[in-house]
Amino acid sequence: MTNITDLGIAALRDGVAKGAFSATEVATAFNAAVEAAQPALNAFIVTTPEKALEAAARVDADRAAGKPLGKMAGVPIGMKDLFATRDVQTTAASKILEGFKPQYESTVSQKLWDAGAGMLGKLNLDQFAMGSSNETSAFGNVISPWRRPNDTTPLAPGGSSGGSSAAVAARIAPAATGTDTGGSIRQPAAFTGISGIKPTYGRCSRWGVVAFASSLDQAGAMAHDVTDCAIMLEAMAGFDPKDSTSLNMPVPDWAAALDADMKGKKVGIPREYRLDGMDPDVAKSWDDGIAWLKDAGAEIVEISLPHTKYALPTYYIIAPAEASSNLARYDGVRYGLRDLPEGAGLQDMYAATRAAGFGPEVKRRIMIGTYVLSAGFYDAYYTQAQKVRTLIARDFTKAFEQVDVILVPTAPSSAFALGEKSADPLEMYLNDVFSVPASLAGLPAMSVPAGLDRNGLPLGLQVIGKAFDEQGVLNASLALEQRAQFSAQNGSRPEKWW
Amino acid sequence: MSEYRIQGATGEWEVVIGLEVHAQVTSNAKLFSGAATAFGAEPNTQVSLVDAAMPGMLPVPNMECIRQAVRTGMAINAQINKWSRFDRKNYFYADLPQGYQISQLYHPIVGEGAIDIQLDEKNPDSVKTIGIERIHVEQDAGKLMHDQHPTMSYVDLNRSGVALMEIVSRPDMRSPAEAGAYLSKLRTILRYVGSCDGNMDQGSMRADVNVSVRKPGDEFGTRTETKNVNSVRFVMAVVEQEARRQVALIEDGGTVVQETRLYDPDRNETRSMRSKEDAHDYRYFPDPDLLPLELDDAFLEDCRASLPELPDAKRTRYETALGLSAYNAGVLTADVETARWFEVLLAETAAKAKKPEAEVAKQAANWLISELFGALNKLGKGLDTSPVTPAAGAELLALVADGTISGSIAKQVLEKMLESGDGAAAIVEREGLKQTSDSGAIEAAIDGILAANADKVEQYKAGKEALFGFFVGQTMKAMQGKANPGVVNELLKKKLA
Repeated sequence: MTNITDLGIAALRDGVAKGAFSATEVATAFNAAVEAAQPALNAFIVTTPEKALEAAARVDADRAAGKPLGKMAGVPIGMKDLFATRDVQTTAASKILEGFKPQYESTVSQKLWDAGAGMLGKLNLDQFAMGSSNETSAFGNVISPWRRPNDTTPLAPGGSSGGSSAAVAARIAPAATGTDTGGSIRQPAAFTGISGIKPTYGRCSRWGVVAFASSLDQAGAMAHDVTDCAIMLEAMAGFDPKDSTSLNMPVPDWAAALDADMKGKKVGIPREYRLDGMDPDVAKSWDDGIAWLKDAGAEIVEISLPHTKYALPTYYIIAPAEASSNLARYDGVRYGLRDLPEGAGLQDMYAATRAAGFGPEVKRRIMIGTYVLSAGFYDAYYTQAQKVRTLIARDFTKAFEQVDVILVPTAPSSAFALGEKSADPLEMYLNDVFSVPASLAGLPAMSVPAGLDRNGLPLGLQVIGKAFDEQGVLNASLALEQRAQFSAQNGSRPEKWW
Repeated sequence: MSEYRIQGATGEWEVVIGLEVHAQVTSNAKLFSGAATAFGAEPNTQVSLVDAAMPGMLPVPNMECIRQAVRTGMAINAQINKWSRFDRKNYFYADLPQGYQISQLYHPIVGEGAIDIQLDEKNPDSVKTIGIERIHVEQDAGKLMHDQHPTMSYVDLNRSGVALMEIVSRPDMRSPAEAGAYLSKLRTILRYVGSCDGNMDQGSMRADVNVSVRKPGDEFGTRTETKNVNSVRFVMAVVEQEARRQVALIEDGGTVVQETRLYDPDRNETRSMRSKEDAHDYRYFPDPDLLPLELDDAFLEDCRASLPELPDAKRTRYETALGLSAYNAGVLTADVETARWFEVLLAETAAKAKKPEAEVAKQAANWLISELFGALNKLGKGLDTSPVTPAAGAELLALVADGTISGSIAKQVLEKMLESGDGAAAIVEREGLKQTSDSGAIEAAIDGILAANADKVEQYKAGKEALFGFFVGQTMKAMQGKANPGVVNELLKKKLA
């Protein structure tokens, strides 16, 4: 008998549909796995086993009644704690929202429940999704299930969707939602040897997702493999009149149209991504990826994305600028933390509440954002950054006149140890160097596992596609997945130590 | 027109005024949420998740509010920007849940326009054009309540997110009267268009008054901005007080500081609220939650087609097509409800008389302005609460027109209509007020009067013709006002010949 918790979305859904096991059995198995792993991995901020069981009971009842089952029927998932979930604490991993239970459900989570998924719990993340290692969470950092051989040093699961990546990699959740502002789905997916897709900006509604940087934030799927990501993204995506930036386009049946045959396709390899001093293992995995896509029938084309080097500074102006304004609502007046010192006035309450409620990285970004929007600096920073953002997007538009997809590494290294980079914010920001350009351009991008580096840790490859062409991204990713044979490799899953 | 000048110790000063008027857009729902906007609801009963700025909530533009702003722009002949954008104005305050107001700084929806003001109703040459720089739409804030708890302030978010139009004039006004006339005219236009109810006492319209002074011909002086002034009278008072204060300050060797001030109507003075040094840095930037607002031709055409006849056009038509005096046309068109009332009255009156409107317009206008307004005024009522409907008024006018009652009886009938709410014909019938043209009865009355006043008859015949009016009055009195004045005149002339 297969171990239920080894299975991904498609296998669980099909197993439930066929009656190989019940949805309740699935939920029970994952609830137990979550409970066992929680003390060691800290992947969840709150667990909701009862929610998983309720959803499973509904699916089992529907199946018994012969009703049609949803795309995600019987699949319990982890929900990043950036999505508002009705009556379940929603914190964005910040003290300032501790205890906050929304009266509403985010569009994306509601769509997943409507598709038959259940909720295992709310996943830990970097505070307000600001971070690349999960170390900025106010609820303790997530520990990656991965370790270097013969070394118990705790490693970062990536960020900000680090609870998501850790849970899926540890097989305590078959899939999890993520959000990606500058790489927050792709980099943690790469660090933990799973697949993660950020769709085109606007595919998934932002309604009910705690905002970090509105023009960049985009929800996506994190799962075992490309097929599972396609299934889950279909369930999440779709036009939402409650989000003015939502794309009013039909959602294709991506999973049904998956096709790893790359014949006739052109794959762009941007020379600007080949950085001086690039980690040789990362460089090798990129070369492997190129070879695999060639093998799948694609033509490899060297391209240029000349403004790539400006992407990181541009991102670190625009994202904090938007964040500084988006986070102004956490003021102690209406919900969440209120710190009202004796005899304090309104301004004192703001200062005390926000000083106590926000972590250092959040404060840093609010200060950066406030600075770049200030009178006298606005044009030099924000306006200039918007112009460069347009140029970066134009680089991609031009490149996509020649090629169908672009292949680059996901992150400049494999997972680092907790604490290794947290002292130096700039070094931490550099982790986003390969993921940020696609975010600025609003393009779909996916990370798939490519192999292990010299430390036995996973590396990811990133496929960037044209706007709205999630299918092209998924297909190229599938071609990579089939050739990387990652899931079959020895050591391709973290050895259970928790 | 005479120029308004402040007499200072050093000579004459000119005052320069610009107004930023905040007008609440008439709409059922807020600018970016579906919450209701009715005035006077219990605190925090009209608040959506968006208005309360709950985490993850997003604004979606209410196109009805956009439509009203565009129609307003069209009504002042302004440029309509088919591409506009929303910006965030960032500041912290307890009545501002998002920590920013969604407004339009860089690309407003309406560009330059103008409105004409007339300073003297009876002088058509006293028209001045006041430029309007822009109209943009933005969210209103909530309201702090300081009287609910001994140490805490409460917040009512009902108003949070309600759509406002900010209508920014050019600094084209030069006197309190011009500022008052501009605000009144703007209010008239908004009420015609239906984009704002103009209820200044409910806060639906309020003005930030920018005032500076200069010696005539000099460059503009430093201006102050007096915030949230909520009546035409107060706007005029602010201009006057602020101009005098600035002149006195400058002449005493001081300088005017660019600052925000508040008006205290009880003491009729303005007070400093905050100076430029404490001014907020609002860190305006385009709202990333919203796409640029792009309006297509069909939308604009729909807006244009839905515009009513506007006050200036209506006034001209009343003068030229209906033959009303400039003054009467001005009075009847000053408020959209008056004009609406008049037009129903006119239509009913014309229908009853089977005459074109132009032939009965003067009668209807005079009655409305001289009789009904006066009578309502005595009762402390306005047209909106008038017990007499336009149809009832037309019935009364028809009785006068066909000779059933005299003009003086009509006044009595109107009073009874206002008291009882009954129709004119019923009152005339019940009270026996019908005018008589029975020459026998009138002749008998005249004979009695002439006999009783033989001396005056002598004087009249000797050339004191002014006494004719005396005889008419006595006859009417004898007839209890019900004699047909035409018949009385005719018979008297015959008898006195």
